[in-house]
Amino acid sequence: MKILVCISKVPDTTAKISFTDGGSSFNTDGVQFIMNPYDEWYALVRALELKEAQGGSVSVVNVGTSTNDTIIRKALAIGADDAIRVNVEASSSMFVAKQIAEVAKDYDIVFTGKETINYNSSEIGAMIAEFLDQPFISYANHMEMAGNTATITREIEGGHEVVEVTTPFVLSAAKGLAEQRIPNMRGIMMAKRKPLKVVEAVAFEDAAVPVHYSLPDEGSETVYVEPDNMSELVRLLHEEAKVI
Amino acid sequence: MVLVFAEHQKGAFKKAAFEAVTYGAKTAAVLGTDCVALVLGNADNAGQLGTYGASKVYQVTSDHLEQFDSQVYSATIAAAAEQLGASTVILSHSSTGKSLVGRLAVKMNAGSVAGVNALPTNGGTFKVTKGVFSGKAISTYEVKSDKKVLSVMGNSVPVEEMGSAVEVENLSVEVAAPKVVVKEVKRAEGIVPLPEAELVVSAGRGMKGPENWGIIEDLAEALGATTACSRPVSDTGWRPHHEHVGQTGVAIRPNLYIAAGISGAIQHLAGVNNSKTIVVINKDPEAPFFKAADYGVVGDLFEIVPKLTEAVKSFKG
Ligand SMILES: Cc1cc2nc3c(=O)[nH]c(=O)nc-3n(C[C@H](O)[C@H](O)[C@H](O)COP(=O)(O)OP(=O)(O)OC[C@H]3O[C@@H](n4cnc5c(N)ncnc54)[C@H](O)[C@@H]3O)c2cc1C
Ligand SMILES: Nc1ncnc2c1ncn2[C@@H]1O[C@H](COP(=O)(O)O)[C@@H](O)[C@H]1O
Repeated sequence: MKILVCISKVPDTTAKISFTDGGSSFNTDGVQFIMNPYDEWYALVRALELKEAQGGSVSVVNVGTSTNDTIIRKALAIGADDAIRVNVEASSSMFVAKQIAEVAKDYDIVFTGKETINYNSSEIGAMIAEFLDQPFISYANHMEMAGNTATITREIEGGHEVVEVTTPFVLSAAKGLAEQRIPNMRGIMMAKRKPLKVVEAVAFEDAAVPVHYSLPDEGSETVYVEPDNMSELVRLLHEEAKVI
Repeated sequence: MVLVFAEHQKGAFKKAAFEAVTYGAKTAAVLGTDCVALVLGNADNAGQLGTYGASKVYQVTSDHLEQFDSQVYSATIAAAAEQLGASTVILSHSSTGKSLVGRLAVKMNAGSVAGVNALPTNGGTFKVTKGVFSGKAISTYEVKSDKKVLSVMGNSVPVEEMGSAVEVENLSVEVAAPKVVVKEVKRAEGIVPLPEAELVVSAGRGMKGPENWGIIEDLAEALGATTACSRPVSDTGWRPHHEHVGQTGVAIRPNLYIAAGISGAIQHLAGVNNSKTIVVINKDPEAPFFKAADYGVVGDLFEIVPKLTEAVKSFKG
């Protein structure tokens, strides 16, 4: 089984979010970057488990510049066999999906994370699937393989759905699909020698791009209510906030 | 023309569909065109979508549409859009819509924005906003292509009645057989799922243990609210995973979010800070959550929550 895992680089979850150049770009000053949690904790680890059970290989792909090599090395340290980096700034979701689809043609399964924690679009997996003309199963939180048939549980509003699909397909990973793995010293040493292939991007025109960023309005002052006066809180929620 | 894909569950339309149609009708007004709705599979009463601004409803029925496969659905929606001459397609940002938005955009060769939170503007260029960085910021997207696909974040544009029921016309579209076979669909009965909930009661590690959750459930029941929890609570198995809200859990935007015994870590806030009104109950006056709260109660949740439940009950009489 040949598996490809799409990994992205995102600001750390505790990063202070601010923008520069009049709101046109994200201020990276003092920001730590990490591998997108859904990609690292769930997609990559489940891919490795499948390989351990059935044999095959796990490759990772990232669309980005050489500053992304640290997260790529981390994925290799966790256990991926090799890596591909498409050497270009990720300018839009469809642009990224197109680049990944170009290198993803010969894999049995392509994993993405459920969403990136910076753009929260959760659209890249579906786009890759359409470029490859393959099935797409989103928000997988459980997956078993028997031969080339996968039984996958996916999250839906207020419940779940169990589906069956045969390879090749694209899947997006949600919480529950696997348990986070911490790279060990041996993995980190081995990662240095694993192949990281850098390929150039194909031309593709962006149709929708972020052009401006802003911060939400600071909420109003907190109104404190005495613990003994819950009827006052109920009154405020009814009359002032008008939510009950 | 603007085409709204109106989702239903076994023939019943939910609020998300009405929001999408309302959004579609208003987007059509911005673009100076009209709005129609598309229903896939069997659904009664599809004509009611006219109430929210669709001038007509088209329906495609086929055995192949009775279960969800993103490949089949997006091909069908794209074919319908083509047939009707619709260049803008609106979806709900639901589990179904999220599996479709990117796929449909590639199929239609359209620019897409997933999870828009306000109506677009069209002064020369078509612009629309969405939440980014897990709700910590807002980004404006420019869509340059004529064809556009947008998915609408729940609870961001209120449903509006602006018409009456309309005619439903069957549309003939070739529908391919699905490659994904749905074996089982399970939904919790009776409770509103978190992403759709208007009222949410949530609790964290301050609860001390799962055996204490009765007071949270009582409050939720009194309000008619859905329960949620912080990540460590679901990680340790005190509560089921689907209740976990935050940056790595479910992102919600209810009208009311009550948080008891949750400190308000940045990752937790990321999933709930779009709530309209936030009430925080915490014994630590320095808990960071109070900064994000509209109403705060400082004290022991084991005393406060039952009192709040009583007050809600007597208010509802
Ligand atoms: C990458 C990453 C992603 C994460 N994603 C999420 C996420 O999606 N969602 C999430 O929730 N967390 C997430 N976290 C974890 C987050 O950082 C916090 O650790 C977590 O939210 C804390 O949960 P808590 O508030 O329930 O517990 P604590 O921080 O332990 O807070 C418990 C609170 O209860 C109060 N309390 C205790 N006893 C009482 C009492 N008797 N009466 C009233 N108040 C009381 C205390 O004062 C305290 O404020 C993430 C962390 C990381 C690193
Ligand atoms: N620059 C990138 N390189 C590789 N994979 C990416 C990149 N950006 C996003 N992805 C993948 O696409 C998923 C969904 O991203 P998004 O659609 O932006 O929410 C992520 O979880 C990653 O698996």
